[in-house]
Amino acid sequence: MADTSGCVIVGTGQAGFETAAALRAEGYQHPITLVGDEPHLPYQRPPLSKGFILDKQGMDEIELRPSRFFGDHRIDLLTGVRVTALDRAGKRVSLDSGEDRSYDALVLACGARNRLLPVPGANLDGVLYLRTLDESRTVKQRLQEASAIVVVGGGFIGLEIAASARSLGKSVTVLEAQPRLMPRVVAPLVSAFYATLHTGRGVTVVCDAAVAGIAGDRRASAVTLSNGAVYPADLVIVGIGVVPNAELARDAGLETGNGIVVDEFLQTSDPAIYAVGDCAEHPNPFCGGRARLESVQNAADQGRTVAATIAGKRRRYDAVPWFWTDQFDVRLQMAGLSHGYDEAVTRGNPESQKFSVFYFRDSRLIAVDSINRPADHILARRLLTSHAAVSPQQAADEQVNLKDLGRHA
Amino acid sequence: MARVVFVQPTGESQTVDVAPGTSLMTAAVKHGVEGIIGECGGVCMCATCHIYVREDFLDKLPPIQDTEEAVLDVTNAERLPNSRLSCQIKMTDALDGLTVTIPPSQR
Repeated sequence: MADTSGCVIVGTGQAGFETAAALRAEGYQHPITLVGDEPHLPYQRPPLSKGFILDKQGMDEIELRPSRFFGDHRIDLLTGVRVTALDRAGKRVSLDSGEDRSYDALVLACGARNRLLPVPGANLDGVLYLRTLDESRTVKQRLQEASAIVVVGGGFIGLEIAASARSLGKSVTVLEAQPRLMPRVVAPLVSAFYATLHTGRGVTVVCDAAVAGIAGDRRASAVTLSNGAVYPADLVIVGIGVVPNAELARDAGLETGNGIVVDEFLQTSDPAIYAVGDCAEHPNPFCGGRARLESVQNAADQGRTVAATIAGKRRRYDAVPWFWTDQFDVRLQMAGLSHGYDEAVTRGNPESQKFSVFYFRDSRLIAVDSINRPADHILARRLLTSHAAVSPQQAADEQVNLKDLGRHA
Repeated sequence: MARVVFVQPTGESQTVDVAPGTSLMTAAVKHGVEGIIGECGGVCMCATCHIYVREDFLDKLPPIQDTEEAVLDVTNAERLPNSRLSCQIKMTDALDGLTVTIPPSQR
């Protein structure tokens, strides 16, 4: 008997959307259900902290596809619907609409949710987070009235919001708990560059800042640190990372760790169930271990990989990770995963605001961060894909053409 | 509104009305033009909105900036002298009738 239940995809973010679209592109003929609790068409998240807040991009520009795309491709899109339970024995999910859906293949693209600030006063009005479209709309609206913004968290999201708010003429302070900005993803040199960039544009950057509480009577009025420092604020925006949505999988007895545990085929401990995107803890050949990545690249490439597998062309996930962040007029592009590097060299002069940092582990190139050097970034992706032999001396020497290294590898 | 003609590798074409200021990539995605993906949302990171521009329009387009130049080097289909990224071309009235061909593959 032919399988006819088809594929159910949980989550309408970039990973879920890409899985559905790629299944059809691969010629998958069975029913596809794409279900998620957000009440919107699938949309892009990167603009939410940048172009969308600054009114440079409207809703119609951030939707991944117009509504008719889903009908045209026979994708049954259920928005504003939550999956409440997973019955692995019956190969069925329950929806909060009261309905059940059967599956032959289930893809968990459940995403992640904001890590909440665990301090007194965090529930006050005026303490906001930014991950979803609705949250971005709230931030955008509240920014109009606000004059003093405190951003808690000096990672990508926090710094992008800080740059956006500063571009709107607001007074902005960034509080980072670690000794430097974006500590988990970039080298100290890059952190220092960003501290200088933000400070130069009028943002107050405070590192080693341990937030002790948010003061205010109903509405937030200041952020206090454990050392007693007080930063007045009429808006507090928190960007301190995310927690993967692994509960549906865990409650169904699937293996979970830092997310839903999958193998190199993005398959969970149940062969009919896969996980992709922000929620998937997967083996990543570019870090020599397991990773959980939060990026457009990872979401889209994992969606496409799993779609190929479900459509009968079993594929391993081995795409080069890449990321970007736009802050003010500076673009940082990252290729590979620099975590665990033992040597870093610079190509170009940081003072020119155009340089790249090449990261090595055991003398092998593992990642490249490029600031306003798009050609370096694109070449880095190529070098990493082809596992080209590049020495730190070659990387640092601008007389050496990176293109040649890629070709001869 | 100005018109853009998207021609598929099969020769099939689709004419789309595009508001001034909207990128060709956004217009193509909104109108369901097959073969224009725009994975990164139009920030010149992914090379999935590659197009070939009909020669007589090339001079009317904004020049290729560094970022586009870099990304054009890694398009999946062959880069030709008339290759552009459709996310980097904003529509203007002067481009009315712009005709572009979609490459056979984007990734």
